[in-house]
Amino acid sequence: MRWGNLTKFLLAVVAILSVFGYYILPLATSIKQGLDLQGGTHVVLEAVDTPEAKVDEDAVQRVVKIIEKRVNEIGLTEPIIQRQGERRIIVELPGIKEPEKAIEMLGKTALLEFQDESGKTVMTGKDLKDAKAQIEQNKNNVVSLEFSPEGAKLFGELTTKNVSKHISILLDKKVLTSPVVNEPILGGKAIITGSHTIEEAQELAILLRSGSLPVKVEVLEMRTVGPTLGQDSKEKSVVAFSIGIGAIVFFMLAYYRLAGFVANLTLILYVLMLLLSLKMLNATLTLPGIAGIILSMGMAVDANVLIFERFKEEYRAGKTLRAAMDAGFSRAFATIFDSNLTTLIAVAVLFFLGAGPIKGFAITLGLGIVLSMFTAITVTKYMLRMLMHTNVFKNGKIFGA
Amino acid sequence: MMKFDIIGKKNWFFLLSALAIIPGLISIAMQGFNLGIDFTGGTLLDLKFARPVTVTEVRGALQEYGLGNSTIQLAASEHTESSPNVFIRTHVLTDDERRAVLSGVEKSLGSFDTQRVEKVGAVIGSELTKNAIIAVVISWLCMIAYITYRFEFKFAVSAIIAIAHDILMVVGIFSLLQKEVDASFVAAILTIVGYSINDTIVIFDRIRENLKTHSKTESFNQLVNRSIWQTMTRSIYTVMTVIFTTVALYVFGGETTKNFSLALLIGFASGAYSSIFTASPIWVAWKEYEERNRIAKKTRGAK
Repeated sequence: MRWGNLTKFLLAVVAILSVFGYYILPLATSIKQGLDLQGGTHVVLEAVDTPEAKVDEDAVQRVVKIIEKRVNEIGLTEPIIQRQGERRIIVELPGIKEPEKAIEMLGKTALLEFQDESGKTVMTGKDLKDAKAQIEQNKNNVVSLEFSPEGAKLFGELTTKNVSKHISILLDKKVLTSPVVNEPILGGKAIITGSHTIEEAQELAILLRSGSLPVKVEVLEMRTVGPTLGQDSKEKSVVAFSIGIGAIVFFMLAYYRLAGFVANLTLILYVLMLLLSLKMLNATLTLPGIAGIILSMGMAVDANVLIFERFKEEYRAGKTLRAAMDAGFSRAFATIFDSNLTTLIAVAVLFFLGAGPIKGFAITLGLGIVLSMFTAITVTKYMLRMLMHTNVFKNGKIFGA
Repeated sequence: MMKFDIIGKKNWFFLLSALAIIPGLISIAMQGFNLGIDFTGGTLLDLKFARPVTVTEVRGALQEYGLGNSTIQLAASEHTESSPNVFIRTHVLTDDERRAVLSGVEKSLGSFDTQRVEKVGAVIGSELTKNAIIAVVISWLCMIAYITYRFEFKFAVSAIIAIAHDILMVVGIFSLLQKEVDASFVAAILTIVGYSINDTIVIFDRIRENLKTHSKTESFNQLVNRSIWQTMTRSIYTVMTVIFTTVALYVFGGETTKNFSLALLIGFASGAYSSIFTASPIWVAWKEYEERNRIAKKTRGAK
């Protein structure tokens, strides 16, 4: 029977080590990375009141929709647009090349107006159906407009009434172009000239397609991390992680020998489970999050230290190896439970009150506490029992006592 | 291990804590904190030049734009004069201003890679402070409730005092060293709260267990000493593993997490210390005070 137990134990060891060796990197890299790791821009926008337009729920919802449209037009992979609180919108633009331009565009009101010669606004961007950037045959960059049926009618009336007069097209109260009407335009189409580059024309087309913001939007916060820094942070995190786990593994082996070896195995299992849970929760891995993982390894072995110290005490008090180990586990459980639960309370508060990265940090830490309790208590106990039942190791010294 | 009477020397340890904390408090009162843009609002530029530059050079380049009084820090080197990696903290710059400043800097100091640009309005900072204080206070109330339920009220208060000790230690040292305080510092403080309480509860748990079997001849003093020494190996081992990992993070983790891991390092060390030398002695002092009162009342009543 004892060889059966030993085989089982060795199989478990090989299984854990090979799964770790094989999957740790693909697993770690498959978790969604925050902007601080992959580079990109994080923007917080806030809708603000102006004398013309007050912010209300409906306005903010419309702002979110319009900003979503604009962000999607930029064509990034996995941008995030999230409402935060009453008036704020968080926009995350991973891997963006020219963040300043993009942000400028996101916050633009983009109110398009058509005015007659007397300066009276006859129609607005609402009457548009589509807008496209084009290069004309004479190499002019233009935005071609297509009106809605309603808009086509209004535009027809405007041009009919103003033949050989100026009409103006304004964006955010600035005149874009002010052409002279040669003849009535009834086809529901028009072009805006005056863009210097095709990019400028494209930007204007995007703004016009997405519609104008109902209220003024201000940039409250903006954080851009360049791709080189992100890569650098990732590499450094891997080094810090390896050295951290290496130090713990060495320490546990040195002080608790075979029991320490088992604790190390469960620590490895813990890291795997933590990463897997983060992946399944679709969590975003950020720099503070990685710091949280590295730290939680130090805390994860605490449960084992508590158990093993208790085991030593019981063994020295004259109990047999198995009885001492059992007593170690059951006595230490109350301690681990109370101490970890109090920490979880602090983490829960952090989770509910913190925003953004702090919330992510709390999730990592909280998950870490729960998972490490499971691995350090249940898994370690199971594996140590297997080992002790082999009856191969009878000397307490081998278990660190 | 050389066991000595920790509780008997408690006043010495209280004095030691006071000596460590008071300079920090004075520093907070006199010079305050080196607040990052997360708190003050402003623009942060993290530039990596092709060649090492000095603070004076950077300041000179910024002078043209009226930004000569900006905070300029060199990365990774507190002792050398120059570094390719520079952090510049200014008041809030508009996009156009920033572009102008950056191209000006490039002209006078050579090419660079813009590693990070952050712009934070002033509103966010005051919210951050408010939320952090609310978070700490609420977590304290919840922890007091839980510890009172599982242990007793006196344990809860002693544990919270130990946490306050650790927070004061960290904020004090950060003020003394004028290390930058930013949003991640807040996360660090809350992590320290979590660690400190965890460490304290382990010892309290042993006291609670020993209280059940404790004989009338053993004083609180002796009982707590015994409990502390029974858990001493664990206390040392655990703080060592946590400090290992934090040092790994501090040394190898890169510039952006340096202050974060430094805060944790101070906090963890203080947390381990305060569990043994602050929380438990406070509980004993309180218990003994109560005991004396009870006896005094009894003798008065007997008269």
